[in-house]
Amino acid sequence: MTSTRTKKVSVTRSLLQRFAAAPYFFWAVLFIVIPLIFVAYYSFTDRDFAFTLENIKAFFTPKYLTILLRSVKLALLATLICLLIGYPAAYFIARTDPKKQKTLIMLIMLPMWMNFLIRTYAWMVLLQDTGIINGALESLGIGPMRMMYTEGAVVVGMVYDYLPYMILPIYSIMTKLDHRLVEAASDLGCNPFAVFRKVIVPQSLPGVVSGVMMVFVPSISTFYISRKLGGGNFYLIGDAIETQFNSNNLHMAAAISFVLMLLLLAGMFVMDRFSDNSSGGGLMP
Amino acid sequence: MNNSADKIIRLENIVKSFDDEMVLKRINLEIGDKEFVTLLGPSGCGKTTTLRIIGGFESPDEGVVYFDGKAVNDVPPYKRPVNTVFQKYALFPHLNVFENIAFGPKLKGASGPGLTAKVQEMLELVNLKGFEKRSISTLSGGQQQRVAIARALINEPRVLLLDEPLGALDLKLRKDMQLELKNIQQRMGITFVYVTHDQEEALSMSDIVVVMDNGEIQQIGTPEDIYNEPQNAFVADFIGESNILDGQMLDDYYVSFSGMKFRCLDSGFLKHEPVDVVVRPEDVDVVSPERGMLIGTVTSVTFKGVHFEIIVDIGGFKWMIQTTDYVENGSVIGLYIEPDAIHVMKKSEFSGMFGDYSTFSEEMEHLSDTEEPEEE
Repeated sequence: MTSTRTKKVSVTRSLLQRFAAAPYFFWAVLFIVIPLIFVAYYSFTDRDFAFTLENIKAFFTPKYLTILLRSVKLALLATLICLLIGYPAAYFIARTDPKKQKTLIMLIMLPMWMNFLIRTYAWMVLLQDTGIINGALESLGIGPMRMMYTEGAVVVGMVYDYLPYMILPIYSIMTKLDHRLVEAASDLGCNPFAVFRKVIVPQSLPGVVSGVMMVFVPSISTFYISRKLGGGNFYLIGDAIETQFNSNNLHMAAAISFVLMLLLLAGMFVMDRFSDNSSGGGLMP
Repeated sequence: MNNSADKIIRLENIVKSFDDEMVLKRINLEIGDKEFVTLLGPSGCGKTTTLRIIGGFESPDEGVVYFDGKAVNDVPPYKRPVNTVFQKYALFPHLNVFENIAFGPKLKGASGPGLTAKVQEMLELVNLKGFEKRSISTLSGGQQQRVAIARALINEPRVLLLDEPLGALDLKLRKDMQLELKNIQQRMGITFVYVTHDQEEALSMSDIVVVMDNGEIQQIGTPEDIYNEPQNAFVADFIGESNILDGQMLDDYYVSFSGMKFRCLDSGFLKHEPVDVVVRPEDVDVVSPERGMLIGTVTSVTFKGVHFEIIVDIGGFKWMIQTTDYVENGSVIGLYIEPDAIHVMKKSEFSGMFGDYSTFSEEMEHLSDTEEPEEE
């Protein structure tokens, strides 16, 4: 008796759960799965919607591979700089007293509330030959230096735009860090630096992994920053997609997106393996 | 005083406040080498803070902590010759069992077969042979506890601090671990400072029990002293069961309570000094009403296995008595109390706070015994 009853309950509960999940399911199908199918479909068809591998082949030519390599290089550089700035920032914010933490996090997020275009334009004003920074350098007798339309400018733009995405996940994991582990390490003979290296860094790796992904992925596919701050000299993969789109070659645009997506997925897969290993104690001593 | 040479730790006038609340009020404590000392008290009494001050995780607002006669107030935890077994183990989740235990020695540069052998030895000591490669998350609470102990002991500390180490374990496992800990302490010959709110645990394991309440030490003594000669009503109530009565010292060796005069073994009080009188439930003999020194009515009988626990109403005061003879609920019985069963205490701030057993219930007992949340 009781067993059938509990079974019934569990059936109704799972039905209920299914109903509750239904809107998300439809949303996911409508706005994620179907568009992805379209992207794949366009990638493998020509203008007459006949099957073709030409678009994909076209991607693996020196023209696009150079762009891809440049995108990877700049995105990696931006990610690395974000990590170098973001990790200590997150660490120190998490260690200040909780009332101040809220304000500091607000300050980190504040630029994100401004439009992305305006932020990028702001950097143009700062970096141009007659800009504020060069003005200051000039008065010190060092400048003016060419800063606009360099790779450096593009990387600065990426770092500025995506830095919060690095800080927030690391900060969030730092606040959850078990303080007793810090005490335990210090009890076992770790000086503060060893505590940081042996306990805090390994514990915060999952935050680092998600921060890296959240900065790297938008950095590699950005197009506006390189256009404005790079002056078109540093054509990135995002720019390539946009150009194809604007010249009405949706099939080539789709193919570039599709390949980029696969590459990113492969990258994430590797990252995932990496983070799994480290949480198991494989990578960190 | 001249035996201070073998005192490994000395706390002198320790004061500590958190947010204007004074949690330690002038603690003075000496801990001898190779002793098993237990800090015992209810939640919030300051026992954990005292331990953390010894470990170096908190620094006292006032007072001095001495190790081997040297003040160590400014010595950080990683330079103190102590190791700690933390309340909820605090094992490193990103390391496996071997790496957790090897953590301390590795910091000091140990490696290779020497280290492996040492870890093996520790694993054997805590009965976890063959667990080296296991990850922490796959271990049960008892196993994690053992890893925590091994991780601390491998450093061969002079003093091991244990903060409610058995709090999260079930009763059976707890009893086993109590015995094991005591064995380990004796075999390795190191000083244990043990924090618990479980009086039974404190009595059965310790050489010295330090009873604390309200940020003050209430009594320091051997388990027998603490149980048999409690210094005030708080200690009498907190350690074991006790009937605490209002009494008056008539003269040396004579005390009156419950309207009767009794012979006792206590002396040195003023004439007619008001006192607290403690009578343990197991020290009272149940006799016929004619032979009784006190006569009362049984209001409750509970079978406890080894004995019956009965509540007897004597002039409105409910006594708890443990007897192996069955008595009928509602019957009138006599109580006989030997002089050595009566313990007289000076009045204290706790007098009157602990009355009779009229509100006693099994449930309350369990509530106060359950594991306390993160203290202090």
